[in-house]
Amino acid sequence: MRVSLFITCYNDTLFPETGKSVVKVLERLGHSVEFPAGQTCCGQMHYNTGYQFEAMPLVQRFVDQFRGAEAVVVPSSSCVAMMKDHYPKMAASLKDEKLRADVDALLPRVYEFSEFLTRGLGLVDVGAYYPHRVTYHASCHGLRNLELGDGPLRLLKAVRGIDLVPLEGLEQCCGFGGTFAIKNAEVSSAMLSEKTTAVLNTGAEACTACDNSCLMHIQGALHRQKTGVKTVHLAEILAGDEGTTR
Amino acid sequence: MSGVALDPKTAPVFPMAARTALADTQMRKNVRHATDVIQAKRARVVAEMPDWQQLREAGKQIRQHTMEHLDFYLEQFEENCTRAGGVVHWARDAEEARKIVTALVKASGSDEVIKIKSMTTEEIHLNDALEAAGIHAYETDLAELIIQLGEDQPSHIVVPALHKNRQQIREIFQRKMNLPELGETPQDLADAARMFLREKFLRIKTGVSGANFLIAETGGVCIVESEGNGRMCLTLPETLITIAGIDKVVPRFQDLEVLLQLLPRSATGERMNPYNSIWTGVKPGDGPQTFHVVLMDNARTDILADKEGRQTLNCIRCGACQNACPVYRQTGGQAYGSVYAGPIGAILTPQLQQMHHAQSLPFASSLCGACYEVCPVKINIPEVLIHLRAKVVNQNTAGITGLFDFEAAAMTAMAMIFKSERRFRAAQRLGRMAETPLVRKDGQGVGWISWLPGMLGGWTQVRDLQEMPKETFRDWWERRGKNGN
Repeated sequence: MRVSLFITCYNDTLFPETGKSVVKVLERLGHSVEFPAGQTCCGQMHYNTGYQFEAMPLVQRFVDQFRGAEAVVVPSSSCVAMMKDHYPKMAASLKDEKLRADVDALLPRVYEFSEFLTRGLGLVDVGAYYPHRVTYHASCHGLRNLELGDGPLRLLKAVRGIDLVPLEGLEQCCGFGGTFAIKNAEVSSAMLSEKTTAVLNTGAEACTACDNSCLMHIQGALHRQKTGVKTVHLAEILAGDEGTTR
Repeated sequence: MSGVALDPKTAPVFPMAARTALADTQMRKNVRHATDVIQAKRARVVAEMPDWQQLREAGKQIRQHTMEHLDFYLEQFEENCTRAGGVVHWARDAEEARKIVTALVKASGSDEVIKIKSMTTEEIHLNDALEAAGIHAYETDLAELIIQLGEDQPSHIVVPALHKNRQQIREIFQRKMNLPELGETPQDLADAARMFLREKFLRIKTGVSGANFLIAETGGVCIVESEGNGRMCLTLPETLITIAGIDKVVPRFQDLEVLLQLLPRSATGERMNPYNSIWTGVKPGDGPQTFHVVLMDNARTDILADKEGRQTLNCIRCGACQNACPVYRQTGGQAYGSVYAGPIGAILTPQLQQMHHAQSLPFASSLCGACYEVCPVKINIPEVLIHLRAKVVNQNTAGITGLFDFEAAAMTAMAMIFKSERRFRAAQRLGRMAETPLVRKDGQGVGWISWLPGMLGGWTQVRDLQEMPKETFRDWWERRGKNGN
């Protein structure tokens, strides 16, 4: 299959390894991958903070970039949730019938990365090897908006060499919430502290998720506390092979 | 906070109030424990229902339909309630409602009232108004009694004293009921409250209640509760005054079949409330002989007029969203500066109190969606939060002062950047340059930022930020293409 990648502004700028890993996994599975260069951002930060007017042009931009795609794969559950939950409404509020129709036609072909593997391709074992102790945090948007269920966990269980340990309160928000972490820094920190305590209690070397925004938040505290525990996007674990030294 | 009424007009903004709340470790422990217990019970009894999702959908449909025809059902309620011997009053706002209730109590000839737990009366600060008119109100719900005697404020819609533990409650009872020898078992505390209240039930001849539902088809009023104190207030007085928001109406008696399955399971994890009271008008020789209903608007028609905010009125006040909310669980209810706390409070309060009195509440959420997941009538709280945020932003960026709004300027600049790939790339490069002075290498040679200026400093209070990688994904992709691998 010809897969179009939407790597998201956040991953592109701060977590390029995630995008590279997505490419590696999809190519290993025999798919061809393309990256439309004109892509920028899904508009989530603007929209969720109340700047809906500013987010509007990004809907059109996304449609223009991916109109002809067979499948669009996005390694960020919150960005996909943004599109699925809000793009149709945004297009409708612009009273742009053509855009509305384009959005409706495109969205069924947009997948979060783990969702593409489990639901789009019907795969659980993607031939990965990752000999480390790992715990999984269920990001809120993937869990509740996209209803990913245990898809990511099934993918992880099929990884060779992995020691997957359960995270207590895995469905609890880590407290990031975009600008929430800035506007309500203290409450966000209190929520984060519960999450990092749970991660440390597992004894895992790394915490994984389907969203780098949660992971950046969790990683920020794990590093500040000098715990030595890392965070790693699910795609990077699935990209692992016998040569992986990480 | 004790003694000072929770009022969004005067309350500190949420982040400030949250800071105070976070420092109260005993309160946080109590809230955590109570919400854990209720959530576990709720999950258990919800799992028993194979048709729970269909019930939620039915609940949503009933509420949505009611709101779409609210004028019709309110008039139908008035007609049927009047026919049964009730007297219906209409109150435009809180002040009018307070005046009507105060006058009705005075007309009943009593300078004391017994009260059933009612968030509506909390919303309009009725007890203060009654007190000012020389009327003393006794709360008879156990939790409300604790709040009243402790000169405290409610922190939860269903369990107003959830932030207090048993020792704290015992201390309040010892002091206020003059019971120095009071034991500390739940039984001891319940007995003390029972003795204290029974005398009031039997003596005071005027009762004030709220309502869970108003039934348009019959003109009946419904209250659900766990203690029986409510039923005492409904049956023992000679005069009963009920005050309800106009959003409390349901079309048919049969609708209770759905709502009375959803409400107790969501609220306290009970399969059914121990006491479900429905009273319709008056009957000679049985219960109160004078019955008034005050139907209060207090901004509800404004909410109704807002197509996107309207679903807020579907709320049946179960409090499940509060128990599930990770923000509420950290701060408790009083940080919200309003009697409606938690996720529902974050959307209801700003709409009830005009947006400019509650600027920070729509932002008091990480949009994790746990509230929407548990809402028995499927109110999409995150969606309404975002809608209200947009309203706040529109207010803040309007006019000349809007030009000096730092956040708005940053957001506009970001939006400009995302409109072009060229500008986005330039910004990525600029970001790497700008962060350079802040980056410090750790033992492994990885760069981290531990201090950020201004607004962004909230992030680095407890978190580090890894430096930006040298190469973006798109640069890698291009390089890879050139190398042909």
